[in-house]
Amino acid sequence: MSMSAPPPDAARLDAARLDAGAPAREAGLWSDAWRQLRRNPLFLVPAVVIALFTVMAVFPGLFTRTDPRACDLSRSLLRPRAGHWFGYDLQGCDYYAKVIHGARVSMTIGIATVAGTALVAVVLGTLAGFYGGIVDTLIARVTDVWFALPTFLGAVVVLAVLGGNGLPQLTLVLVLFGWPTMTRLMRSAVLTVRDLEYVTAARALGAGDLRLMARHVLPNALAPVIVYGAIRVGIVIAAEATLSFLGLGLQLPAISWGLMIAGAQPRLLSAPHLLLFPGLFLSVTVLAFVLLGDALRDAFDPRLR
Amino acid sequence: MPSIPASADVTAAAPVLSVRDLVVEFPTTDGVVSAVNGVGFDLAAGETLAILGESGSGKSVTAQAVMGLIERPGRVVGGSVAFEGVDLLAASSEDRRRVRGSGLAMVFQDPLSALNPVWSVGFQIAEMFRVHRGLSRREARRRAVELLERVRIPGAAQRVGEYPHQFSGGMRQRVMIAMALALDPTVLIADEPTTALDVTVQAQILELLDDLRAETGMGLLLITHDLGVVAETADRVAVMYAGRIVETGPTDAVLSAPAHPYTEGLLASVPRGQSGREERLRPIAGAPPSLARIPPGCPFHPRCPYVIERCRSERPPLALLGHEPGAVSDLGTDRPAFSARSVPRSGEPPIDRSPPDPAGVGWEPAGIGPESASADRNPAEDAQKPAGDRQGAGDRQGAGDRQAAGDRQAACWRSGEVGRGDG
Repeated sequence: MSMSAPPPDAARLDAARLDAGAPAREAGLWSDAWRQLRRNPLFLVPAVVIALFTVMAVFPGLFTRTDPRACDLSRSLLRPRAGHWFGYDLQGCDYYAKVIHGARVSMTIGIATVAGTALVAVVLGTLAGFYGGIVDTLIARVTDVWFALPTFLGAVVVLAVLGGNGLPQLTLVLVLFGWPTMTRLMRSAVLTVRDLEYVTAARALGAGDLRLMARHVLPNALAPVIVYGAIRVGIVIAAEATLSFLGLGLQLPAISWGLMIAGAQPRLLSAPHLLLFPGLFLSVTVLAFVLLGDALRDAFDPRLR
Repeated sequence: MPSIPASADVTAAAPVLSVRDLVVEFPTTDGVVSAVNGVGFDLAAGETLAILGESGSGKSVTAQAVMGLIERPGRVVGGSVAFEGVDLLAASSEDRRRVRGSGLAMVFQDPLSALNPVWSVGFQIAEMFRVHRGLSRREARRRAVELLERVRIPGAAQRVGEYPHQFSGGMRQRVMIAMALALDPTVLIADEPTTALDVTVQAQILELLDDLRAETGMGLLLITHDLGVVAETADRVAVMYAGRIVETGPTDAVLSAPAHPYTEGLLASVPRGQSGREERLRPIAGAPPSLARIPPGCPFHPRCPYVIERCRSERPPLALLGHEPGAVSDLGTDRPAFSARSVPRSGEPPIDRSPPDPAGVGWEPAGIGPESASADRNPAEDAQKPAGDRQGAGDRQGAGDRQAAGDRQAACWRSGEVGRGDG
């Protein structure tokens, strides 16, 4: 086995690239990104963490048999100890079980919100960028105005008007105040791709607008939105915790990291574990998504290769 | 006698693509740029017409306008693009879209940027069949492989699933050609199809295009700045300068006896490589004009070695030239011809039969005033006039020039050769 010869496949790829003298970007965007990602620990570690939290959200029973709502007031505020590593909260519930069950709210709201935001952003951004002109002006100006609205103040007002403070309402509010940034991003990506020659070439061979958008513009303009989306999941999870902490989000007896942190606040000194564990889980989740976004950005951005 | 292949035959047939007085403008901060200013030509089935010009001469914009690909803020301001008798500029955008791909198809300069990087080449070709012909996935795939074989990609069946970046430049252009041919277009427009390629590959691609044209009987409109490409492949050539066609005719005739000083300059600036002795290249002095500020009169006059006063204010009309076989054929049909041209400069000027001039009276500055300007944009009408009329005009103009200069200087005007520059 000789180590000197590169695999023929890679050699041919390199030759093809040299031959064309082309920037790496033109090489299959998705396959290239994937090739790079699966070797990158900065992608693999957050990906594993996110997978772990996702399983935790869907099947909390895999991580704890204890019912987070089976509480015993006699154990109120007990410190962590063997068998109950996270200690107990004010009501005497097992804190480990509560933290595990809290993942569901965070993951659900993070993913649902970003999915909703992306849907709005991709549709509006693509229409604005692709058609330009009056459509673009209209969408871009509305986006700008919306962008100027203060997120948290707006969220307070809308949540107050909506009345209920469940997951759907929180998701709605976070989508409502989150779409402008992503729409702008999508629009600018579409603007770049729209004028590329393969879009013109496809048009020259008879492709209609819908086909141009779906086949040629979208797949090549989606990368920045995916990157931002991953980071956005982290931001949204933190935002939910913030809203819940402020009493604007979920209400007890719902189980959420934000609520737990809120409950820990008055007893910071006497029972620091109440802050530590949900805070740790929250930070790790947010960090994982942000790192994932960074790794994706590096993989999609040819200048960083 | 240079052979003018098929020219007489093809010109007798009705043209499949007939462009008249095409005007394309782009508003810029410097003012309105007239990228194309009254271009007209005919293309018959099975014929190769080359549009030759420097960068900025408007040749690519002409191609885009024909395809309907002019993007805002550019605008096709005037003229007509008749495809199989239907004026595309007047057609609905949906009708235009239907013509693209199956009627008119286009191959681009840089095949790497003209292919979508995220789909395999097989998918991109197959999609043409699935969308426009409603074929099943499998059938479309099979046809894609066939097409790849037809454009001579070795191992087509194995390579159909590969992505554009996995192909070399020449192979990519073949893929692009395969896509363009998928729907059996009547006319293929190739916009500098070999410019981005290695010299060694260029000839192969040209040969392929030529063979495919012969096989399918499609008309081939070849946009290029390369005289070699023209000489090799084109039946006829139209030379563009500053958004206009300044000279057109059978390739051999134009290349062997250029009538317009610009064409002559182009030929002189290219190494021939045939003559044994060393020959100095003579570049054309100066640079092409900004299209926002096209010089008045003949747009070439600031660079023209034969310039006379009249060229500065008036554009020589495009006129029929010559009685060579091939050149004459255009004259003989009832179809408007910009084409017929080319008379050996040393020979007897065939059109100018004016008597020695009485004191240079009588030419009217035709390029001044709105009326004549619009007439200038309408060479078709000129060409359709009985030959006698045209000769009369030529006579008058020729007469006007006698005073000016020696033989060569007056060439544009005397023999009615060449270009129309406008005022």
